[in-house]
Amino acid sequence: MIRVVLPHHLRALAGVDGEVSLDVRERATQRTVLDALEARYPVLRGTIRDHGTAKRRDFIRFFACGTDITLDPADDPLPEAVASGTEPFRVVAAMAGG
Amino acid sequence: MSSVRLLVGTKKGAFVLTSDGKRDDWKIEGPLFAGWEMYHLKGSPADPDRLYASQSTGWHGQVVQRSDDGGKTWEPVGNEFTYDGVPGTHQWYDGTQHPWEFARIWHLEPSLTDPDTVYAGVEDAALFRSTDGGMTWQELSGLRGHPTGEQWQPGAGGLCLHTILINPEDPQRMVIAISAAGTFRTDDGGETWRPINRGLRSRELPDEEREVGHCVHHIAMNPSRPDVLFMQKHWHVMRSDDGGDSWQKVSGNLPSDFGFPIEVHAHEPDTVYVVPIESDSEHVPPEGKLRVYRSRTGGNEWEALTNGLPQEHCYVNVLRDAMSVDGLDPGGVYFGTTGGQVYASPDGGDSWTAIVHDLPSVLSVEAQTLP
Repeated sequence: MIRVVLPHHLRALAGVDGEVSLDVRERATQRTVLDALEARYPVLRGTIRDHGTAKRRDFIRFFACGTDITLDPADDPLPEAVASGTEPFRVVAAMAGG
Repeated sequence: MSSVRLLVGTKKGAFVLTSDGKRDDWKIEGPLFAGWEMYHLKGSPADPDRLYASQSTGWHGQVVQRSDDGGKTWEPVGNEFTYDGVPGTHQWYDGTQHPWEFARIWHLEPSLTDPDTVYAGVEDAALFRSTDGGMTWQELSGLRGHPTGEQWQPGAGGLCLHTILINPEDPQRMVIAISAAGTFRTDDGGETWRPINRGLRSRELPDEEREVGHCVHHIAMNPSRPDVLFMQKHWHVMRSDDGGDSWQKVSGNLPSDFGFPIEVHAHEPDTVYVVPIESDSEHVPPEGKLRVYRSRTGGNEWEALTNGLPQEHCYVNVLRDAMSVDGLDPGGVYFGTTGGQVYASPDGGDSWTAIVHDLPSVLSVEAQTLP
């Protein structure tokens, strides 16, 4: 089970309070986790990654085990601690805007 | 007894303001979708409890919300806006070509007859339509595919399609406006479009009277006379008596003919409202006085409406979609400011009261007249 922490606005949009737990059947990567997240909560489609291209939105970052993995290849395996559910995969809204 | 519901979009959420027909005591609900930019909310004329809302942020992009119970509950619907075919390019600020990129919805216009059909005017300028209550969206690409499309250039606020007018006598005929491409009309339900900018003069352009390139800020009409259009252009207030085929300047005695909103009284098709702004450099009311100007002659002759509005030290703006009229008698007029005030006039503009003073910067105001 993969744990995912969403930023405030996406928790509100998805109607969840705390972390999200996802059953990711494939190897845990940024892409498979986000695919599973969007399959479970279709309302999040387009809010983390663009429709169609799946390009990450500019002000979204991804963290795992305290490390910014945003720029890692989307198909790289996530750390074992995230894959095993010990640590969450964090979707972070960058500090920007007014 | 009839009542009025105002749908107010702000930079940090949406608010719903309701009153009975007297319009002197208002209930304020919100913020809905707190923290999100709510560019526009509008109700279906065919079912006033069916509302659509444009919700966006720089972080998470575009979301569309729908309510089926007059705003008590909301449901996110489709937010995939894909340009039809190969998107191509339009002109960028520096004159180079730039790919069309979806940024946000500026305006939602529900069908006059079908609550499930709604149009969305978006940035970069395109018109989308949903026929399933907002679940899926298809571009009416004949507009963006017009041969002049490559010449369209964004205004300072982006290349936005912000005005959609559906002709109640012939719903196949629609007028849209784009900053800074100009005005276009379809007579076949959105399949084909043509520019209708004859008579507009924009001194910012090398050719002042070119076919496209005019920074149209907003257009309004009275449904009883849909071929009479009133336009607030970047500079100049304009009028057309032939569905946009030609335009005449009707700025008359306005202290400035720069501004953003323009509206027409619900029952008096020659009564028009604008909010003059000092200039395109300053974007503040002239002399620090917030004045709505009303013409009862379809333009040219304007009177300042000041009763209840701040007449000193006022430097707010009123954006293009932030003014609306109700259908009661006497007709009400409403507008919101970038300072967060929403003003109401239940007597056609003769007197004004601030319903609320301190909302986030107001982006849009839509009045619904409820039975």
